[in-house]
Amino acid sequence: MGLELTKDDRDMLDGKHGKAARKAMEIITALGEIFGAKRLIPVSSVQIAGVSYHNLGEAGLEYLSDMAEDGQTRVLTTLNPAGMDLIEWKKHGISESFAKNQERVVDAFLKMGVIATCTCTPYLIGNLPHYGEHIAWAESSAVCFANSVIGALTNREGGPSALASALTGRTAEYGFHLEENRIAQVRYDIEARIENTDDFGLLGQVIGARTKKAIPYITGVANATTEQLKSFCASIATYGGVALFHMEGLTPNRTQVPNKTEVVTQDELDAARSELDDADAEIDFISVGCPHASIKEIAWIAEMLKGKRVAKGKTVWITTAKPTKDIAIRMGYYDTIEKAGAFLVSDACCAVAPLKGRFKGLLTDSAKACFYARGKNSFKTRIRTIEECMKEAIA
Amino acid sequence: MSKFEGRKIYKGRVEGEALVTSEDISFYGGCESSTGIIVEKGHELEGKSIAGKILVFPSGKGSTVGSYVLFALKKAGLAPLAIVNEEIDPVVAVGSIISEIPTIDHIDISKIKTGQKLVVDAGSGVVVIVE
Repeated sequence: MGLELTKDDRDMLDGKHGKAARKAMEIITALGEIFGAKRLIPVSSVQIAGVSYHNLGEAGLEYLSDMAEDGQTRVLTTLNPAGMDLIEWKKHGISESFAKNQERVVDAFLKMGVIATCTCTPYLIGNLPHYGEHIAWAESSAVCFANSVIGALTNREGGPSALASALTGRTAEYGFHLEENRIAQVRYDIEARIENTDDFGLLGQVIGARTKKAIPYITGVANATTEQLKSFCASIATYGGVALFHMEGLTPNRTQVPNKTEVVTQDELDAARSELDDADAEIDFISVGCPHASIKEIAWIAEMLKGKRVAKGKTVWITTAKPTKDIAIRMGYYDTIEKAGAFLVSDACCAVAPLKGRFKGLLTDSAKACFYARGKNSFKTRIRTIEECMKEAIA
Repeated sequence: MSKFEGRKIYKGRVEGEALVTSEDISFYGGCESSTGIIVEKGHELEGKSIAGKILVFPSGKGSTVGSYVLFALKKAGLAPLAIVNEEIDPVVAVGSIISEIPTIDHIDISKIKTGQKLVVDAGSGVVVIVE
């Protein structure tokens, strides 16, 4: 086969750096051969998915424990959300037995030197690659953000392949690591009002479902905040498997503008919204923070909840990364939110926590959260702005 | 005796009975890791156990957590003896490697029938129909 290995690569493959590095190198070289890579390249950052015990199960945990026997990360590595807040899980209604197993998963990662704070927005908490940097990330929303908004280069890794890159510092050079595979293929002209995070989510849903894997070049979005782009990334990756897009005037990658042009209308966005709005949804769960809320969003939510009280029979989760929660504690936002009866939950989210059977209907600003609430938890859903979500919470 | 040449994904030589489907398999959600039974609604193999069989299917589909399902099957002694694909996908490839299941692809699987006895020599990329 045409995959060229360095001496260090070969040493790892021969087991000279231990059992885990050998297994990791087997995974990377096999993927390299399957996808016709010519060589392996160094990566400087890794994001691992497959962290919630709810998804991983005992077998996944066993694999991680095996790898942790002698595996050590070679590059900065962070983790996706776990199934619970690693500290305050008890008050969120997580069972003792689940907590114990979740802790075993996190301990295995800790032993390997992984930065064991759990978030889908590593780029908000210190795992921030720069333009042109090669990385190996799992977590589809973060992959899309890294490729598109930051201009780093990564494939859509799975849990085991991302871990393999963490333990070797290498990935195979194919797919989105090559410039020729990053050129826009379809142009989408947006003729609709795109204002809030929910609108960006719906836009991601419409384009994702339509474009599948074809790389979109999007025009007609005048401006966007980091928060709006993270919502868009989560949605377009969930509904279309998109790992890279271009947005005129907003994203940094250079590309040719495709001739093939499609239009996205307000009607389509409205239709996407009604599709996610279950008419018979009985809202008893309100969750914001998919992807994890930024400190700016938390400050705004605290402002809205100040002196208010969450209505009886409703549970409110604002999900975020632990370092962001620490800032929120420092600023008093945490106290404000929790005094209102809402929870500021770190390390976890409504998509990966064991919530099945606990609620009937989810209200959220995230199109991605709706997808998983329906598919995994059989909740009914409704999508609104963050402001409307908070109004409903205290109504 | 027919012989097919394909591509090694994970090494190993085994002999066993073929279980063939023309439909892709999602191991996460599609195969129960505690029984080895295919549970995807409407799948050709629904209700059939893949344990100890040479599992022949076009390709994998679905969530990357599927790799861990293959690993769980192996730990429980319920994994397929070997995997033969037309075109492997990363989820199955990674699953085979971490579970050490002999696996080979680039095989024209339409020539293989359920119940036939096969020898899979994944290391040299060869599948032989013995009878």
